[in-house]
Amino acid sequence: MSLILENLERVVGGETHIEGIDLELEPGSFNVLLGRTLAGKTSLMRLMAGLDTPTRGRVLMNGQDVTGVPVRKRNVSMVYQQFINYPGLTVYDNIASPLKLAKVSRGEIDRRVRSIAEMLHIDPFLNRLPLELSGGQQQRTAMGRALVKDADIVLFDEPLVNLDYKLREEFREELRSVFSERRCIAVYATTEPAEALALGGNTAVLHEGRLLQYGRTEDVYHRPRDIQTAEMFSEPPINILHGTISGTEVTFDNRLHFPVNEDLRSLPPGDYRFGVRASHISLTPRAGDDIEVPMIVDMAEISGSETFLHAHNDLFHLSVHLGGVHGFNGGAPVTLYFPTHRIYAFDRQGAVVHIPTHLGGL
Amino acid sequence: MNKIQNNRAWWLILPMLLLVAFSAIIPLMTVVNYSVQDVFDANTRFFTGTEWFKEMLNDPALQAALLRQFAFSLTVLAIEVPLGIGIALIMPKRGWQASAVLILVTMPLLIPWNVVGSIWQIFTRGDIGLMGWSLRELGYGYNITANPVDAWATIILMDVWHWTPLIALLCFSGLRSIPDAYYQAARIDRASRWAVFRYIQLPKLTNVLVIGVLLRFMHSFMIYAEPFVLTGGGPGSSTTFLSQSLTTMAIGQQDLGPSAAFSLIYFLIILLVSWVFYTAIMNMQKDKKNEEA
Amino acid sequence: MAEIALKSLAHSYLSNPESPGDYAIREMNHVWQQGGAYALLGPSGCGKSTLLNIISGLLEPSSGDVLFDGERVNALPPELRNIAQVFQFPVVYDTMTVYDNLAFPLRNVKTPEDRVHERVMEVADALELTSQLKRKAKNLTADEKQKVSMGRGLVRDDVSAILFDEPLTVIDPHLKWKLRRKLKEIHQRFEITMVYVTHDQLEASTFADKIAVMYEGQVVQFGTPRELFEAPNHTFVGYFIGSPGMNFLEVSLRDGHVVSGTTELAVGREFADALGEIRSTNVKLGIRPEFIEVHDAHVEGSMVADIIHAQDLGTYSILYLRLGDTTLKARIEEEQPTPSGKAYLRFPGKWIGLYVDEFRVEIAS
Repeated sequence: MSLILENLERVVGGETHIEGIDLELEPGSFNVLLGRTLAGKTSLMRLMAGLDTPTRGRVLMNGQDVTGVPVRKRNVSMVYQQFINYPGLTVYDNIASPLKLAKVSRGEIDRRVRSIAEMLHIDPFLNRLPLELSGGQQQRTAMGRALVKDADIVLFDEPLVNLDYKLREEFREELRSVFSERRCIAVYATTEPAEALALGGNTAVLHEGRLLQYGRTEDVYHRPRDIQTAEMFSEPPINILHGTISGTEVTFDNRLHFPVNEDLRSLPPGDYRFGVRASHISLTPRAGDDIEVPMIVDMAEISGSETFLHAHNDLFHLSVHLGGVHGFNGGAPVTLYFPTHRIYAFDRQGAVVHIPTHLGGL
Repeated sequence: MNKIQNNRAWWLILPMLLLVAFSAIIPLMTVVNYSVQDVFDANTRFFTGTEWFKEMLNDPALQAALLRQFAFSLTVLAIEVPLGIGIALIMPKRGWQASAVLILVTMPLLIPWNVVGSIWQIFTRGDIGLMGWSLRELGYGYNITANPVDAWATIILMDVWHWTPLIALLCFSGLRSIPDAYYQAARIDRASRWAVFRYIQLPKLTNVLVIGVLLRFMHSFMIYAEPFVLTGGGPGSSTTFLSQSLTTMAIGQQDLGPSAAFSLIYFLIILLVSWVFYTAIMNMQKDKKNEEA
Repeated sequence: MAEIALKSLAHSYLSNPESPGDYAIREMNHVWQQGGAYALLGPSGCGKSTLLNIISGLLEPSSGDVLFDGERVNALPPELRNIAQVFQFPVVYDTMTVYDNLAFPLRNVKTPEDRVHERVMEVADALELTSQLKRKAKNLTADEKQKVSMGRGLVRDDVSAILFDEPLTVIDPHLKWKLRRKLKEIHQRFEITMVYVTHDQLEASTFADKIAVMYEGQVVQFGTPRELFEAPNHTFVGYFIGSPGMNFLEVSLRDGHVVSGTTELAVGREFADALGEIRSTNVKLGIRPEFIEVHDAHVEGSMVADIIHAQDLGTYSILYLRLGDTTLKARIEEEQPTPSGKAYLRFPGKWIGLYVDEFRVEIAS
């Protein structure tokens, strides 16, 4: 089962919710839709599901045009942000409900409900009503209902937002293993870059109804196509600095410049915006040609294992993600080391013109 | 494409379409037809154009009824809306008390209109009616068949009793949808009871109040059965409202042409007022949206 | 300005609580000092919201005292307690402008208008709301609304503490960063006691100087983010703080060697000695994924483990490893090459914790 969206557009009351989206989701793939509130994640999912019809464009499933086909004929299931279950039915009957509608035999229903419940760790609660369960268990029940019917597409619309941080962690891990054994297409909407990375698979970055980039999650993260994608897919936010390449130097101003190294040599002189991830700036030089930047501390946020340092000079602000715990006082001077080998360069239009090569990762 | 299969759904609304045609469109057209003709019998009729309309608009009796109608509708709205909000505010929000009060409040809504008239007719009688008797015992010469003020006051009281529960119910549901956090925040901000009402409850009630006011306006503008049963439109014509004038004309005098014209005028007034009201509210909301953009 | 103290405080929603399980808050003593930035961290249902409501006065505790600067305030309603609260879902007065929203708490107590103006302008400046003052509060974005709710607490001179109930729940991640910074800035500028309730350890630890971790109606640890991270005194704290949480291995002593299941662990002599003195059967070794050393070749004191899966999280990766019959997670930084197939692990003695019956036991060195 593959899903292809062709030049999809949806306009509601003069407002464009989805604008010219082309996307091809492969059978058995896990896909994350990453975007801020109102980026069009839910709108796009509704089009995939057949809950809405596009103003323009086509939806193809397995090569067949299903653009006008309503949701009940598409074998799609969906999990929402709110925990949506039938309040009057037990967990067992909730999970069994799609199978009963599909007139599956009793024995088969029983077998499948129990195996799904076991996989989602809700087998002890099968005889309870949803409202007697915790939020996490209610959402597991809703997921059970979505997964039990072997849908071609399973859509998750920010399903973990209303759950505790730690539960989210567990859920993500389980989701990955659940879908690794399935042939259906999973689509998962989230606002959190960290969640997209934790889920892996593929990521589509959405912004204002447009698709910015789609690809393997790590690829999109490490190799954003333009400045917007880089900004959408970074946490803490990526640092963006204006600078100029002039013949032999990269210049931020007359005090702050460094010789153009082999990474950036191919770029023609001109104005650029440079992107530096917060974790690539450090307190000690990590490479011989890191440049020293004197800055003033605004504030340090310390978690148990890491420090998020916010600092400025009269040219720019920098957010720095440091390993370990470091104490800083607001207003104190600090010397930061700026990695000349780990910077992204974007041209005036915002398209990426240089991606650092020494990225590490996988 | 596959879209065609959806078209079958159109057949499903056909029964509804027929029903609407028979219940609304065809009768209305009949009325339009009558309003521009003078009909003597099945075979003799003359086209009169706007004649009936002119006559109706210039009829002093109808003008008086129209004025009376507006006075009535505005008075009941002015009483029922604040009263309904007030009742909703003091209704218990949860527990068995909430259910009990809810049933009690809803009771008048369940009584048919002409029965309401009969109940009040008996209630206000000077000899056996509790209210009529009590007032007379207290020394007030209460008489709805002779005193127009008494008749008016009683009809308004009756309408308030009958319909305030509707506003109260709507407001009650509106109040229930306000999250607790709002009240908690207001307490922490040391807001007075009035400020809580003015800045939290009232804004959240606007939507239901729009529906409530519209419904009550249309309802009260068409009031017929209750005053007809209670006062018969009297004393004199002091409580004869539009619908009753119309009925008298159409049924009593068989003046089909003028009453058809009158019906249409009546209909258009209700439509116009409702439309003005509706657009005004919608514009207010649009302003808010524009500000957002 | 106030110090908030809880003395033998307990609360149950039942009228006749019997077992400890009937209590939403089990008996506790706790002090929040004037001017501190605190977090109350725990999973849903741990009692943290109950505790917050008791402090703000929305709920009266079943037993014990709530003391503001030593004065008992149990029976005082919220409006008399001089606290402000920011709720999970933004609460603003929709029909008022931002200015009127901020002025509201002052006008409610008949503050003179020129004083109101002065305070509102000061707070609007601190919260970067000055340009928004004339807008209707209804049309603000979620993060702006949260700033307005906080502003309504800050305008009052008499507010001794601001309580936050998961204030970033409905905020997009990129704005969370900004708002969190703003909170810290405000805390430093106004020197007001702040108590921040959340289930998110990152929010808690970046905001607070000290965190109270709650679990089943009790504060299981109260300490700085660093203490909670480096030396959690309960397995729950180890699990709950840190992402991913601490690794725990059930350990025992066999022929003088520390073993987990059948696998011998390379840990220091001190650990084995400590283990020898313990009678309980519930004994665990805890080590954070951040502190496991991962090598691609054998080094002194290392143990070989199979790599099940590696997950790239952008700025770092998590390795899922199998050591004997336990699964472990280890964090490796971006610049460190990821070994494949097998990895050689070392547990630095400094970062190993010994947990007996779920509580940490100090190892004598």
